[in-house]
Amino acid sequence: MIDLLALSPAWWQETFLIKVPIGLLAVLLPAGTIVYLYLFKAISFMQSRLGPMEAGPYGSLQLLAEVGKWIQKEDIFPSKADKFVFAAAPFVVLMSTFLLVVIIPAGPDALFVDLDAGIYFAMAVSSVSVIGILMAGWSSANKYSLLGGIRAAGQLIAYELPLILAVVGVVIQAGTMNMQGIVLAQAEGEIFGWGGIGNPFILTQFIGFVIFMIAVQAELTQAPFDMPVAESELVTGYLTEYSGIRFLLFFIGEFASAGVFSAIAAVLFFGGWYVPGIDPASQIFNVIGPLILAGKMMVIAFLIFWFRFTFPRFREDQLQRLAWKFLIPLSLANIALTGVLKVAA
Amino acid sequence: MTSESDQLAYIASQAADARVNVEVETDEGMTLNLGPQHPATHGTLRIIAKLDGEKVIAAEPIMGYMHRGYEKLTEVRTYPQVTTLINRIDWLGSFANEVPFILAAEQLMEVEAPPRAQWIRTILFELSRIANVCLFLGDMAVQIGATTPVFYAFRDREFVLNQIERVTGGRFHPNFDRIGGLKDDLPKGWIEETRGALKRMEAFCDEMEELVLGNEIFQARTRGIGTIPGDVALAYGLSGANLRASGVDWDIRRDANVGLVYDQVDWKVWTHPDGDSFARFWVRLQETREACKIIDQLLGTIPSGPIMAKVPRIIKVPPGEAYVATENPLGEMGFYVVSKGDLTPFRVKIRSASFSNMSIAPWVLKDVFVPDIISILASLYFILGDIDR
Amino acid sequence: MSQLPGILKGLKVTFKTMIKTLFPGGLLKPIPKPSEGALTVQYPHVKEAPPPRARGVIALHEGNCTACMLCARECPDWCIYIEGHKELAPPRREGGKPRQVNALDRFDIDFSLCMFCGICVEVCPFDALFWTPEYEFSELKLADLLHDKERLGEWMETVPDFEEYEDGSEQKVRKVPPS
Repeated sequence: MIDLLALSPAWWQETFLIKVPIGLLAVLLPAGTIVYLYLFKAISFMQSRLGPMEAGPYGSLQLLAEVGKWIQKEDIFPSKADKFVFAAAPFVVLMSTFLLVVIIPAGPDALFVDLDAGIYFAMAVSSVSVIGILMAGWSSANKYSLLGGIRAAGQLIAYELPLILAVVGVVIQAGTMNMQGIVLAQAEGEIFGWGGIGNPFILTQFIGFVIFMIAVQAELTQAPFDMPVAESELVTGYLTEYSGIRFLLFFIGEFASAGVFSAIAAVLFFGGWYVPGIDPASQIFNVIGPLILAGKMMVIAFLIFWFRFTFPRFREDQLQRLAWKFLIPLSLANIALTGVLKVAA
Repeated sequence: MTSESDQLAYIASQAADARVNVEVETDEGMTLNLGPQHPATHGTLRIIAKLDGEKVIAAEPIMGYMHRGYEKLTEVRTYPQVTTLINRIDWLGSFANEVPFILAAEQLMEVEAPPRAQWIRTILFELSRIANVCLFLGDMAVQIGATTPVFYAFRDREFVLNQIERVTGGRFHPNFDRIGGLKDDLPKGWIEETRGALKRMEAFCDEMEELVLGNEIFQARTRGIGTIPGDVALAYGLSGANLRASGVDWDIRRDANVGLVYDQVDWKVWTHPDGDSFARFWVRLQETREACKIIDQLLGTIPSGPIMAKVPRIIKVPPGEAYVATENPLGEMGFYVVSKGDLTPFRVKIRSASFSNMSIAPWVLKDVFVPDIISILASLYFILGDIDR
Repeated sequence: MSQLPGILKGLKVTFKTMIKTLFPGGLLKPIPKPSEGALTVQYPHVKEAPPPRARGVIALHEGNCTACMLCARECPDWCIYIEGHKELAPPRREGGKPRQVNALDRFDIDFSLCMFCGICVEVCPFDALFWTPEYEFSELKLADLLHDKERLGEWMETVPDFEEYEDGSEQKVRKVPPS
């Protein structure tokens, strides 16, 4: 698009004036839309109620009102808290989310950075949020937060493995770790010789998709894996002592992560910015690609929230058992099967 | 205690008792205070749990944060005023609280309510059971983590509360039972509307069965957790659905004829042999369905007649003592009324179900995980007003 | 469909509820109207009418009141304050004796104490107190919750007529005196 406008900006202009603001927008706007549409509205309809209706038409400005409310609250530090760690924890979590959005492609040329090890970078960076959560739980000087933080660390580390292993199946099938390459592999692939709709990996990697979604649910600490934030036991787990802007940052981080992981799932399994029928190299994808990606992301995010509000939560030992004894062997079997079929075909 | 610093020191020492986090490290493990302010307990209950990592070594409930002095209050209130007050002991199924007291007073006065009053009393008793247990079904789901069933519970409970309001004027505190009968009769159209509310309730029970009971995660959280064998349950004085879920076939509605008309209805007592949290949930779900069936049968056979027996305007109960226990939604609730012939009772002792149900907490909360404390307590189902009175 | 694992059946329940709330006319008319489908009553735009027997607030018909103090005595909270005096009313017929009647000076109900139990309404022998289903009388100051004689008389306009009883009842319907 920059070529469209016949600009040739310098490196620092391109990064700080174009990419960083668009990146921030790409994280916050989907987060806000997801929060409003799903957390406020769709969930309310599932529960036979209306959700926010007063702030703005049909409650659309409720999120702004919430942000305003959180910003004007007093910034409370528990007296025994470790001040630096307590203050830094939300930023660590948020930073890992912002870094995740860097590798998502929204069109043939509309991307931030074209990394050859795209998905590998994403998996590595998403693990950084574990440190942030542990920092939050430990530094709050509160037994409930400590319990929540330790539960979170155990759970997140346990579910990193199924996440990565599910992705490995996709990488084997696509033959590349580059996100753009994965999209093109789905766009130009063929199912049994018919190239009509390309080869969306959801068809061949269905088990991988299921494992990925379960692992994402656990990574976001959403029910049924929300032991760390078990509201009826630990007040809010590792978030208990946070108030004001810091709580808002955690909140944004949680929903932005939901959006970003849904986008990654859309790229890996549903073809990203590609819709069948148009040539993948055409420039029109630079304009409608982000919209298509956003649409697919919304559908997958709905799945995440639908599961969240229907299921009760697991106990941590059941959680761990599910991950280690069931998901990891299943994903290893998935990888073996994919590898065999890829070599044989 | 005159100076301000003395007063402040006194207040601080009282407040220290209720501090949320008690940091006592003993050899036996970390002490966690599920303190009086907590989202999981239905009110101000405090549980001191000694933990070894995430396993509970011992747990002890501390009750009394909501003590309102009912038994002392009743000594200076006349009988109609006592009826008003005791609505508020178990505030979810509040008509059920009035019934044993009124039955005890009627026993002392040797007055029997006319059949129409007995019928309607039983119908309202079962309606309050539905209102109470319906909330339990949603509430236990929310303690286990599913946030949606509780909304369905509140939504469908509204229809039952609307029916109670149409008759008595109050959704939560009906204050409708009187010595010798009821305060007023049914308004026109009530029977048909109540049948509609019951249909909604039955649809709700089916929804709960699909959404919660059949859910594998819920079953993994509740099967085998908090198992109470039948003899232990009897020894600790459990009652109500807790006892029936441990396999003991005990229901006061069937076994003791106290003035309600259960012998005129064809109904069944549900028991479950397991005695774990899942069994308690299951038994209460079936009891809700059974209550719908009972009310349906009763609605078709209400006899005509007066609603109130002949009692004097100013009620003076002759001297004597009487104890009546009924099968309340929470368990067995009994009132022991001692009268010396005055306008007010001399002494009223309230045997509340939740107090005895909580006595088993130290026994059952051994070698469980911290999340299991919540699920076991949720399945035992207590209401703080009932524990502390 | 009973062979589906319970997890999927639970998902079906929540999804069905969402569709029922979004499209209350059924899926054949896919116009989203959640305000009709949800069971939320959007107070204060929409006000639900409580049933006629609902215990909202107490109204006083001063003409019937004889200051007999029964309601003040029976109130569990002692929140009714009555002051009256005796005065001579003109005789009913020519040449009769002047009658002594009780006249009300003060009849206050303190609704910050009132438990809304209804004992006062029930116990009044002269049908001077009535329940009305009005519930919107919140105040900014606690002292304003003490309703005096005039205010209690104003509530009489909102007292609904007594309903008919179900078949089989032997109760008689009372009439509400005109305010």
